[in-house]
Amino acid sequence: MLKTISKMAVYGAVAFGALTATAQAADEYKLGLVTFLSGGAAGPFGVPAKNGADLLVDALNAGTVPAPYNKVGINGVKINPVYVDEAGGATKQVSEYRNLVERQGVNAVVGYISSGDCLAVPGVAEEMKKVTVLFDCGTPRVFEEADYKFVFRTAATATMDNVGAARYIAEKVGGLASVSGINQNYSFGHDSWNDFTTSLEQIKKGVDVSTKQFPKIYAGQYGAEVSALMVNPAEVVHSSFWGGDMEAFLLQGAARGLFEDQKVLLTCGESALYKFADNFPEGAIVGARGPNGVFAPKSELNDWFVKEYEARYGTKPTYPVYHMVQAIMGLKLATEKAAANAGEIPTDEAVAGAFEYLEFDSPAGKIAMTNGNGHQAVQEMVFGQVSKENGEVVMKDVVRYAPSCVNPPNGVKAADWIASGFEGAVCN
Amino acid sequence: MLSKNQIFVVAAAALMILAGLVMPYWFSFLVTVALAKGLVVLGLVILMRAGLVSFGQGLYYCAGAYAVGAFSDYFQTDNVLLLVLVAIVCGLVISSIVGLLLSRYRDIFFAMFSMAFSMILYGVLVKSAALGSSDGFNVTKPSLFGWAAEFNGTNLLSYWVAIILACVAGAIIWRYMRSPMGMTGEAIRENEIRVEYLGVSVQKIIYIKYIIAAVLASVGGSITAMTVGHIDPEMAYWTTSGEFVFIALMAGTGHVAAPLIGAVIFELMRTFAFQLSPYTWQMILGIALLSIIIFLPNGLWSLTDKFKKGAN
Amino acid sequence: MNLALAVLVDGVVYSSWLFLIAAGLTLIYGVMKILNMAHGSFYAIGAYSGASLIGVYFAGGNPPWASYLLLVGAALVAGLIVGLLIERGFLRFMYGRDEVVMILVTYGILLILEDAIKLLWGVDPYFAYQPYTLLGRTKIGGLSFANYDFMLICVTALVALVLWWSLNRTRSGKILQSVIHDREMAGALGVNVTKIFTITFVIGAFLGAFAGALTAPGISVVPGIGIEVIILAFAVVVIGGLGSVGGAFVGALIVGLSRALSVHLYPDGELFVIYGVMGLVLAFRPQGLFAIAGARKI
Repeated sequence: MLKTISKMAVYGAVAFGALTATAQAADEYKLGLVTFLSGGAAGPFGVPAKNGADLLVDALNAGTVPAPYNKVGINGVKINPVYVDEAGGATKQVSEYRNLVERQGVNAVVGYISSGDCLAVPGVAEEMKKVTVLFDCGTPRVFEEADYKFVFRTAATATMDNVGAARYIAEKVGGLASVSGINQNYSFGHDSWNDFTTSLEQIKKGVDVSTKQFPKIYAGQYGAEVSALMVNPAEVVHSSFWGGDMEAFLLQGAARGLFEDQKVLLTCGESALYKFADNFPEGAIVGARGPNGVFAPKSELNDWFVKEYEARYGTKPTYPVYHMVQAIMGLKLATEKAAANAGEIPTDEAVAGAFEYLEFDSPAGKIAMTNGNGHQAVQEMVFGQVSKENGEVVMKDVVRYAPSCVNPPNGVKAADWIASGFEGAVCN
Repeated sequence: MLSKNQIFVVAAAALMILAGLVMPYWFSFLVTVALAKGLVVLGLVILMRAGLVSFGQGLYYCAGAYAVGAFSDYFQTDNVLLLVLVAIVCGLVISSIVGLLLSRYRDIFFAMFSMAFSMILYGVLVKSAALGSSDGFNVTKPSLFGWAAEFNGTNLLSYWVAIILACVAGAIIWRYMRSPMGMTGEAIRENEIRVEYLGVSVQKIIYIKYIIAAVLASVGGSITAMTVGHIDPEMAYWTTSGEFVFIALMAGTGHVAAPLIGAVIFELMRTFAFQLSPYTWQMILGIALLSIIIFLPNGLWSLTDKFKKGAN
Repeated sequence: MNLALAVLVDGVVYSSWLFLIAAGLTLIYGVMKILNMAHGSFYAIGAYSGASLIGVYFAGGNPPWASYLLLVGAALVAGLIVGLLIERGFLRFMYGRDEVVMILVTYGILLILEDAIKLLWGVDPYFAYQPYTLLGRTKIGGLSFANYDFMLICVTALVALVLWWSLNRTRSGKILQSVIHDREMAGALGVNVTKIFTITFVIGAFLGAFAGALTAPGISVVPGIGIEVIILAFAVVVIGGLGSVGGAFVGALIVGLSRALSVHLYPDGELFVIYGVMGLVLAFRPQGLFAIAGARKI
């Protein structure tokens, strides 16, 4: 028994040493990238984001990105991306984060689509003192519940999606007397619906909720929910569905005529706008979780980006791609700002210091890290309605809301801000 | 009086505790989480030796974790002893109620019914906005009466706690397995009716085994909560429970050390599958699982027999 | 009135979908005593095969009505290939292992198939909505329903009928039943159990793929859809009594109707319905509703 175990330990140690002996080249910038590569979030979010990262990293290494991103790689050091699948839940992701930093020796981590992971990872990021950029997750809790030094989020929170949505329908949908909702039964769905209804209460008094449905995430079958929405009709059906769930809901709803007399509002709708163009109901109100994709303001950077992306992947970039690209761009600028000389990689402390309150241009326009004490970006929010002209999807009735109109001021919790009637909001 | 094996276990534990000071942090973290899961699997093994497979140990894993999270948040305490105790009590209370019902079930019905309970907890937690719904919430790092065991910025306390708890639990279960009541498990698996004829209450024995397994699972959950610093309802989801069964079968039920070591091997296997092949790690895991089932029908632990044969 | 109607139709539509998935699972369990986790993968493979073929078919501008045959064909081919490959190539070496080990074996197969699907079809969604929208809709009591869903109900009824008839009214069905009741005795009486196993597994795989192919038009076919249906199918089968096709039918109806009821009257309870129903049934019928009686070993 004793012998056996010690023998096993020796074999284990040898195998272990062989596996962990990964070489560390000093002349590259190792960038840890975490997105969904499997499961239901891979198709709409994870893989497009990875594609965006691949494109940008290649272009940065070649030095072909328009100014101010024309320096090769990050501060003259070529980027070597290391991918990790985000599947498996927060415990596994915390574990994989440590592996990325310690075993793979990454210089920074960009990643996380799931809000649960975005809440779990910052704790360990702080412990390991590693610059970490959350790129896509929506929950405002990350910087509301704690202060972080090394953690940043370069995309706005999901609060502005639903505040913007409430503002938009109050403004654009005539005779608005009731709303109904169908959202996935998990945090993002609950939060989206709550933010939406509480905002609507503040903006337009007396709008009824006719029904709220919370089917299980990835349920796929919405027959009963569609019936419930039809039995309790409303002017607007709110949904934060995404991916396969959204597409299935649109198919099943359209086949039964749900959208013929009720307007559907999809806060994440843009993520399926190109692949699913044929089946978007006319007049569907669509958001892109920021000024992304069709809603991106015209700029040289965006034109370059869209052209390159389309040439490489044969489709236009959707919002997760924008989120990923702006995260890497922010990291690049902060690193270069912190560096004294070209070709060096500054310390994490210096990068974190330079990242705070950074303002930079991205394909989605200006990103301002003004919230969460300089760690959380705010962006403008845009909504529009789907219209088809000669088979092409175009957006009509587009309304843009300034960052200060749909995001709480620094230090104010989203829920409190909405309850206060958007105190301090400046709308154009 | 300590036997040779007991000395060995104490020495190994002491060595592991000291090794924590020098081993890379990712590894000590991995070992901590693996031992936490290993404790859950240990409980599962007790049930499996009696022929019962629970697909719902996630219930106690999650309950233990949430008990720690809620208790430390509400009472503003980070005392590791107190938190583990809370998890034990929580597991004890829930299992002594649920066990009354479940101890009447066998086979796949036991598996599915236990899974139903853990899925109901999952559903309740997802619906609880105050507990962070599916996103969960963060848990404070533990300390021992204010001492956080910080070394070079890393917190080793939960690692040490995991090692000690694993050894203690392992030793107790080792004794239990050799006690008449522990032995009855195998008899029940082989033929329940004959056991009844011998005048033993099968239901009572299974009830006790179920409670032991539940307590081990909630202790595992409490360690995970303190180590990871974040908990979410995913811990009660059926895939989590399935993973425990996976580890149990992979490791083998032959010895109390099997689940603990098996859990570490499983975690290592998974993290390297993640690293080597981020796009197809599931396939690698599946192939590894099938290979173990084919080539080592009695689990990884059966390797030790082969080693023994080689050594003699 | 409107509400009762909606509950009834929605419930029956959902039930028939559930039954289609569960039928193959319960059949395989009944005969082979394998609780097949990979059944979810068969469903996914059927959905992917159907959706990708439909996509190509409509891109070629072919007559739309034949697309329904294409769905059936896709499922048939996919089920045959995958079923044969797994049973002949792998499972047959594993017979005689513990039931739990077999669950793990099929779980391993599921993991491999999940990634194989991803390698074959990628992560982008596949749509095959033409057959779904083609049939139009019917208005009943002020509510519109998709005709495709009614067709689904008919197909399910047909599948149930064919299964019942071939199990109870044909010679090979009776042989199959003898294997379900006592494998060893059937073997001793000259039944070729190995052959029966292969045929059953292929039929089960086909039924799984068929469910997927028929579901594909109404959904977006994405990675992970197979995993989502496993537990649903398990629950239905357990409620009905493992191995009983009739039980699965009743189980599907109970789950489908309770879910529809919950969605309309108490949406917050949707997540609990299936487990609640399963718990309730098991609390009163520990072996499920229509369990096949087995002799106690003494």
